[in-house]
Amino acid sequence: MYSYSEFDEAFVRERVSQFRAQVERRIDGSLTEDEFKPLRLMNGLYLQLHAYMLRVAIPYGTLAPHQMRQLAMIAERWDKGYGHFTTRQNIQFNWPKLKDVPDILDALADVEMHAIQTSGNTIRNVTADHFAGAAADEIADPRPVAELLRQWSTDHPEFQFLPRKFKIAITGSPNDRAVTKAHDIGLRMVRNEAGEEGFEVIVGGGLGRTPMIGKVIREFLPREDLLPYVEAIVSVWNLLGRRDNKFKARIKITVHEHGIEEIRRLVEDRFTEIRPGFSGVDQEVLAGLEAAFARPSLPERSLGGFESAYTNDPVFRAWSDTNVAEHAVPGYGIVTISLKAHGKTPGDASADQMRLMADLAEELGHSEIRISHEQNVILPHVHKSDLPRVHAALKEAGLGTANVGLASDIIACPGMDYCALATARSIPIAQEIAERVDELKIEHEVGHLKIKISGCINACGHHHVGHIGILGLDRAGVENYQITLGGDGTESASIGERAGPGFSADQIVPAIERLILAYLDLRESDSETFIQSYRRLGPAPFKAALYPETAEKERADAA
Amino acid sequence: MSRKFTPKVVTGNALIEGDAVWLTEDDRWTREMSEAELIEDEAHAQMRLLFGQSQPSVVVGVYLADAKAGLNGPEPTHFREDFRTRGPSNYPHGKQATA
Ligand code: SF4
Repeated sequence: MYSYSEFDEAFVRERVSQFRAQVERRIDGSLTEDEFKPLRLMNGLYLQLHAYMLRVAIPYGTLAPHQMRQLAMIAERWDKGYGHFTTRQNIQFNWPKLKDVPDILDALADVEMHAIQTSGNTIRNVTADHFAGAAADEIADPRPVAELLRQWSTDHPEFQFLPRKFKIAITGSPNDRAVTKAHDIGLRMVRNEAGEEGFEVIVGGGLGRTPMIGKVIREFLPREDLLPYVEAIVSVWNLLGRRDNKFKARIKITVHEHGIEEIRRLVEDRFTEIRPGFSGVDQEVLAGLEAAFARPSLPERSLGGFESAYTNDPVFRAWSDTNVAEHAVPGYGIVTISLKAHGKTPGDASADQMRLMADLAEELGHSEIRISHEQNVILPHVHKSDLPRVHAALKEAGLGTANVGLASDIIACPGMDYCALATARSIPIAQEIAERVDELKIEHEVGHLKIKISGCINACGHHHVGHIGILGLDRAGVENYQITLGGDGTESASIGERAGPGFSADQIVPAIERLILAYLDLRESDSETFIQSYRRLGPAPFKAALYPETAEKERADAA
Repeated sequence: MSRKFTPKVVTGNALIEGDAVWLTEDDRWTREMSEAELIEDEAHAQMRLLFGQSQPSVVVGVYLADAKAGLNGPEPTHFREDFRTRGPSNYPHGKQATA
């Protein structure tokens, strides 16, 4: 497996020992909080509502079993026995004590991990599809390209003082699992008519305060033109970007203000100018990275065990149908382990669960683990004949929930149960919705449905791209939940539209239930998904389900 | 015409644990909001805030939060401050664990 080259042992150890000294000086009073705060933030340490929180990076969501075990050890020794996987492919520990944090950072460094946060107005971590290197629909593993982009952008002299932070996401598949249209630059691998591999380049997407879907700036970019083209985009934005207003500095606003045609013209001009300077060294580096990320060898084996379990065990069958995705190699599957047991906190795993997942990966999954932005854990290479064993072990550990992609596979940010920026809670809403759909036993009938919840306008729960999005707000000192409908984070991306007035904490779960039941009545056939029905019918019938009194009144007025 | 002053408490987070704490009348930091000093006067509130902020080796992020008088002492008026007196709602962690 590739060992992340950003991890420079000496550098990380040096940073930990510096931080250890800083913590000591903070505790003995020689550093003020104003002096200390930027130092702790750089080391991933935040102060939340009830305690500190340590955020640890998981680059490309790729983890090895021994790293997962170390996370379990940290959770038990210095936290409360669990960790929270976030929507940004990080793990957060919610209860570390300030004096213990340097020891935790050392324990992370022991397994080549760190909590160092890239900060400032630079090109941030490149994110990639969590099925990378395994998916059946994949043209190529996007991680080598992601790593090439990271190496190129780190310390690039032109890009150290950008107008604002800049995020790139990449998927190697036409089916977008990396939300590329909600990033500053999104790269989606496609083939042109001649069958050659290249990228669809998307620019100017983003969520948060001003959500925007990225626009296609180049439909097909040959692979070898990638670096100069991305450099051309960043360099055009570097000149045009609004440095006067933090809220208007992201490239989504630049694209919005100048129009995609104008941006395209400028980028293509700049690209033509700088292309000759790229001699092909980047392609040699890329070839090396591709070898490093190579898929483990996956031998052909008999499917016997799988087929009999699939026929005879309905619980296994349901799990296998929802949680196992098509692998590029026949006979193998990609297992998504749901961290969304009904009524539990989305994204949380106990230390025991972490160790079990590490053991399974080691014994039956070629020692690979991935973390998805949808807050689940993935074993990317499992032979189908091993699936019954994997499922049995997961079930025993409370990890066997068959709900991936369904109504209870909810993304929720920590919200006001932990986050100091929150305007309302998210977790209890997610728990209650999941429990309700489980009581009604309807989620398998309902099928593919993405519900996403954020506890404030920062949109860490990606609510804008949920088929049903929920945004928690503070309305005159009371928690209030606003619903958006019709969002989509995939290749057919769209931003959800506000349905109407918000709901109180007591009303929000019944409102979601009405919405789901209305969809079951409205759909044309069992195979029409929620988002398809919504696109066919528009918001009106869904709003009528959400606001029956208003609908009633309108009918009366019209009569 | 001056608006009526909403009573306040001085609050922040303990430096080592990060736990929510409140300032008492006798200059201690308590983990129980009910033991806090309820401040009914604006000028006094500013003075107590400055006092709280002058102890950076004990408490972090000191601010004034709205409060009201309750049977056993000051009580929160806003849900955020209410959560701070208990802990998260998804686990029995934080203050509610020891209460
Ligand atoms: S969306 Fe808001 S409440 Fe949720 S984690 Fe992000 S900043 Fe916190």
